[in-house]
Amino acid sequence: MKRTWLVLLIVALMGSLIGLVSVQAQEENPLAVGVSDEYAGTELRLIFANHPWNNSIQRLLPQFEAVSGITLRVESYFEDQLSQRLQVGLTSGNTQADAFMFRPLQEGRLFADNGWLGDITSFATGDLEWNWADFQAAAANTVTFDEAVFGVPVVTEREMLYYRKDIFEENGLQPPATLEELQAIAAQLTNTSEEFYGVVIRGRRSPAVTQFSSFLYSFGGTWQNEDGTSALDSPEALAAYQYYGDLLRNYGPPGITNMSWPEALAVFQQGKAAMWLDADVFYANVIDPNQSVVADNVGFAPFPAGPAGANQYNVTSWALGMNAESENQEAAWEFIKWATSPAVVLELQKRGTPGARISVWELPEGLSGFPEDYAAVVQLQSQRGVGFDRPRVIRVGEARDIVGTPIVTSIEGGDVAAALAEAHEQFNTFLGSDGG
Amino acid sequence: MLRLGQRSLQTRNRFSIGLLFTLPSIVFVLLMIVYPIFYTFTLSFHEWSGSARRDPEYVGTSNYDTLLNNDPRFEDAVMRTFEFTFKAVAIELILGLAIALLINGEFLGRGLVRVLILLPMVATPVAISMAWLLMFEPTVGLFNEVLTSIGFAPRLWLGSQDEALGSLILVDIWQWTPMMVLLLLTGLTTLPEEPFEAARVDGANAGQRFFYLTLPLLFPTMVTAVLLRTIDALKTFDTIYTMTRGGPGYATETINIYGYVQSFEYFSLGKASSLLVIFFAIVLGISLVFTQIRKQWGIPYND
Repeated sequence: MKRTWLVLLIVALMGSLIGLVSVQAQEENPLAVGVSDEYAGTELRLIFANHPWNNSIQRLLPQFEAVSGITLRVESYFEDQLSQRLQVGLTSGNTQADAFMFRPLQEGRLFADNGWLGDITSFATGDLEWNWADFQAAAANTVTFDEAVFGVPVVTEREMLYYRKDIFEENGLQPPATLEELQAIAAQLTNTSEEFYGVVIRGRRSPAVTQFSSFLYSFGGTWQNEDGTSALDSPEALAAYQYYGDLLRNYGPPGITNMSWPEALAVFQQGKAAMWLDADVFYANVIDPNQSVVADNVGFAPFPAGPAGANQYNVTSWALGMNAESENQEAAWEFIKWATSPAVVLELQKRGTPGARISVWELPEGLSGFPEDYAAVVQLQSQRGVGFDRPRVIRVGEARDIVGTPIVTSIEGGDVAAALAEAHEQFNTFLGSDGG
Repeated sequence: MLRLGQRSLQTRNRFSIGLLFTLPSIVFVLLMIVYPIFYTFTLSFHEWSGSARRDPEYVGTSNYDTLLNNDPRFEDAVMRTFEFTFKAVAIELILGLAIALLINGEFLGRGLVRVLILLPMVATPVAISMAWLLMFEPTVGLFNEVLTSIGFAPRLWLGSQDEALGSLILVDIWQWTPMMVLLLLTGLTTLPEEPFEAARVDGANAGQRFFYLTLPLLFPTMVTAVLLRTIDALKTFDTIYTMTRGGPGYATETINIYGYVQSFEYFSLGKASSLLVIFFAIVLGISLVFTQIRKQWGIPYND
């Protein structure tokens, strides 16, 4: 009998010790506050994009797993493969993923329409502590379709100018404030015989569309008219297409029509271009000495003003959504809630991924992770700009190809007016059949 | 009577056992080959974005109609696919034949050469594409380094609408000429000795022997080799997708790439299916033509 008691006592002691340790762990870790262990033992499958947000949060996942007892299995893909992977998984209807990253402006509407994205309105609005109202209104709008919430914004981005501080200094230059200056500086700094180029921006048909959008808006153009028809026939649009192509043909590296962001980024990282315009989320790749030979010499500037002002895009590029067919919706929400909690968003933002929480932006700490000049630009640009960086339709992929074709024509020095007129016609036909 | 009954029972037994043993492969073929083709065929008359809420909507032949009559991109893709296939296979045939004749004889290190020449074929297409992508790179790539060092102007390769398709053909030739060599070499080794001996006795020179003996005797093998390569080249996807994604502009968008775009980027599964059905018909048609050619003009030696 005595022995039994002894054993029981030891077990009880050990139990409380373990309990103590775990409580302590929880207290020590502000990143796991409020995470429930109700779903311990569940395995969640997550599909993420290869994106700085993913790289940062991967390092925090163990902390969520430790407290919640949920096992996370993450698959990562480049954005197009991600889209395809999701489509195959979701069409076949088997629950391969519980939660996933998606691009609200690219696939959001289609995924919601197709019943692939779970409606998380009740989760989002029901949790007052987590506070859906803390998300920037523009960001919340991009994941809300017909009053229902289909995702939580995780990454916001704006087009920004990255430039080589050392080279600008050598030449006594200031970062360009207008597109005219941008062109003049690009011309001045291009030295083809040394394979150094004034500027690099995406030139591949479809990926170029988002970066071109800021140019289009700043020239005073847009994609669609209020009545839903194509707005590509405006003189402003023509001027923007012409400018973009001329700029890249004359002062960009050869082969630019095959470049999406990884290729353009690489050109800049290798010190072969004086300026790079792309989303501000990539700054960490530029100032990382392991990836970039110009890490110490990168300056940041707002998108230069065009004839219609500086209207860069300011969008929610990625959101976390839930699979409508997932059997682990509660556990998935537990994860999404954690990943988008103020503490985690703050931590990610400190690690360099701009989020969508107002409260985090308002904290001085929320900007502490960024270089000072970068933070200033991001803050300035998050107050302004256009909430979409591509046509707002259901079949975005097709629309991007249509409006992106004249970009390639322009870069190659072809007849932009003719290409744009053709795109305008095609875009109108497309808009008529898109049903949204 | 009894014996007869027994025998028929046995036959029936044997029959059902036979059926039992072949059943797995029958089921496999039905499930993995017949069903997908049938499904694609059915889907090609519908419009569907993969929605879990809305069923595919029947639209009759409108997908076919759009593709065939109202889609310049499809038309271009078809012509491009033919251009790619024709140029690649023609060059591969000539090169392949030359190499096969060259390494057909006995020489030192024959085995080694035969293994080495097959390497491009067995390498992973995506890895190959990555390597070629680097070599094609206009600023730092190997090709431009070589071109400029011997005094030629650098080219844009994959970076220009005019040169991209040609560059891809180059990769295909590098990758698949070995296959041609392999097939033709097999053909060459099975050629009978007697006609050649007879020709030599009659005083035919090497050129005559090649044109009047080797070529006609090898013809059936060549038709088969070209057929196999043609079907493969028509379906090329991996290298094109990894290297250009159909760009710049639409300069390298083949039927297969366009089908991929329709289904995975535009989510138009119905249109993509009808595109694939048309593609299937094209490949089938070409195969039939080749089989006919072989039947008509292929001269097996013993006939």
